[in-house]
Amino acid sequence: MRALPVGEGALLVELADGTEAQALHAELLRRRAAGTLRVREIVPAARTVLLDGLDEPDRVRAELPGWEIPPLPERAEAVLEIPVRYDGPDLADVAAHWGVSVPEVARIHAAAEFRVAFCGFAPGFGYLTGLPERYEVPRRATPRTSVPEGSVALAGPYTGVYPRASPGGWQLIGSTDAVLWDHARVPAALLSPGVRVRFVPHEFPPHEPLGDAPFEPPVDPPPASPGRAPEGR
Amino acid sequence: MTDRAFAVVRAGALTTVQDLGRPGHAHLGVPRSGALDPPAALLVNRLVGNAPGAAVLETTLTGCAVRPRRPVTVAVGGAPCPVTVDGRPAPWGAPVRVPAGALLDIGTALSGVRCYVAFDGGVAVEPVLGSRSTDLLSGLGPPPLADGAVLPLGSPSGTYARVDTVPQPAPPRELVLRVALGPRADWFTRAALETFTTRAYRVSSASNRIGLRTEGPALERALQGELPSEGMVLGAVQVPPDGRPVVFLADHPTTGGYPVVAVVREADLAAAAQAAPGTPVRFVRAGRR
Repeated sequence: MRALPVGEGALLVELADGTEAQALHAELLRRRAAGTLRVREIVPAARTVLLDGLDEPDRVRAELPGWEIPPLPERAEAVLEIPVRYDGPDLADVAAHWGVSVPEVARIHAAAEFRVAFCGFAPGFGYLTGLPERYEVPRRATPRTSVPEGSVALAGPYTGVYPRASPGGWQLIGSTDAVLWDHARVPAALLSPGVRVRFVPHEFPPHEPLGDAPFEPPVDPPPASPGRAPEGR
Repeated sequence: MTDRAFAVVRAGALTTVQDLGRPGHAHLGVPRSGALDPPAALLVNRLVGNAPGAAVLETTLTGCAVRPRRPVTVAVGGAPCPVTVDGRPAPWGAPVRVPAGALLDIGTALSGVRCYVAFDGGVAVEPVLGSRSTDLLSGLGPPPLADGAVLPLGSPSGTYARVDTVPQPAPPRELVLRVALGPRADWFTRAALETFTTRAYRVSSASNRIGLRTEGPALERALQGELPSEGMVLGAVQVPPDGRPVVFLADHPTTGGYPVVAVVREADLAAAAQAAPGTPVRFVRAGRR
């Protein structure tokens, strides 16, 4: 861990990897809630956490290396489910990168448990980690000038959902009707750092019809319930 | 809508509603936004008896013109500019009573970039995450003013300003920005750091509320490759691949992947907001306090 001074009142704490950054972020939130850390912004990112608006940056910088930071729990009790139609225009490209069939992309993606590592790019845009490393994909060589709202997309180790239409270079694998950002809602952002997420297939591939309600998301399929889990898990 | 409102007659090049912004949401990707020249916004609010957080108008170079439906007290500050009410000259930097239906015209800035216009009661558009500021990066808050738009005003507090005129700093002829190097100064060569803190830059016309862009010698990187996205602060001097420093202003992105060579002192950013394109810029090392 390395804490770099940023201007007059901020510190950028650099960690070995994203998992360590997420664990430090959780500890920082605990300390702020307990009143032992006074800071305006706690901004996690790929492998750093920025503390902006610190009362005493030098004291925090000196004390940080001595903190005990518990590792993140493996599995969370509360998991947010986001219904997805795996119908993105880049599914075939992603399947080729992964060396699997197109339906397999959906199965692999829906089987993973994700965590919002950090937010950025746009209000409510979360960078979700959780896919095994071998499933990293590059950004598209040519970004799209407009990616539709609700697009579920991959880039590098991350999954993201576009909160509104915007230009973007991520690989689009699906779409959701979930409202990622609504500034009139409390909280405005569906995804904030630390939230656990699963993507739940909205419908099954045509050759595997699911009864007479193909557009209903499956209701809360726990990993241990074989009857409801998508085939191939 | 009540009669406490004004109609936009001339929106100008870019006029937005601004208050003290919406800090505290950076972890959700929400920029802080807010007036680019906070001392000027605070001062015009004080001149009309508003609370410090009341929303004002921020104009860009060419001013704007509005027609209040009820009599209002206004004050114009920030960049010096001509002010008229129904064509008659009115004071800048002092409270002005504007009759109902009269045309308040804020002219082109004589120097500097951004004028601030306070109305007693404040601009009362719907707040978003606790702020009425227009955020041009993420689109939060009210849209920039458009000709014909009508914006609501709040009720005056009934308190009167204790001052009727106050000195305001002139826009800079040369912008001197005190910086503390880091957090990513080690991504640049020693020669680049020497260049950055000794050579002259100029304000680029591509500057906006997101960042003050500069023209001048490019800064050479010591480390190539990509920096994983990391949190960005107000005043961060980010260096994109073209090597020209960009100073992050209020609407800056909350995370970014280009290395930050240094951070400008927050107290110097108001002057940066008033530095017109072409203004010479110097970055001087000030260390940390």
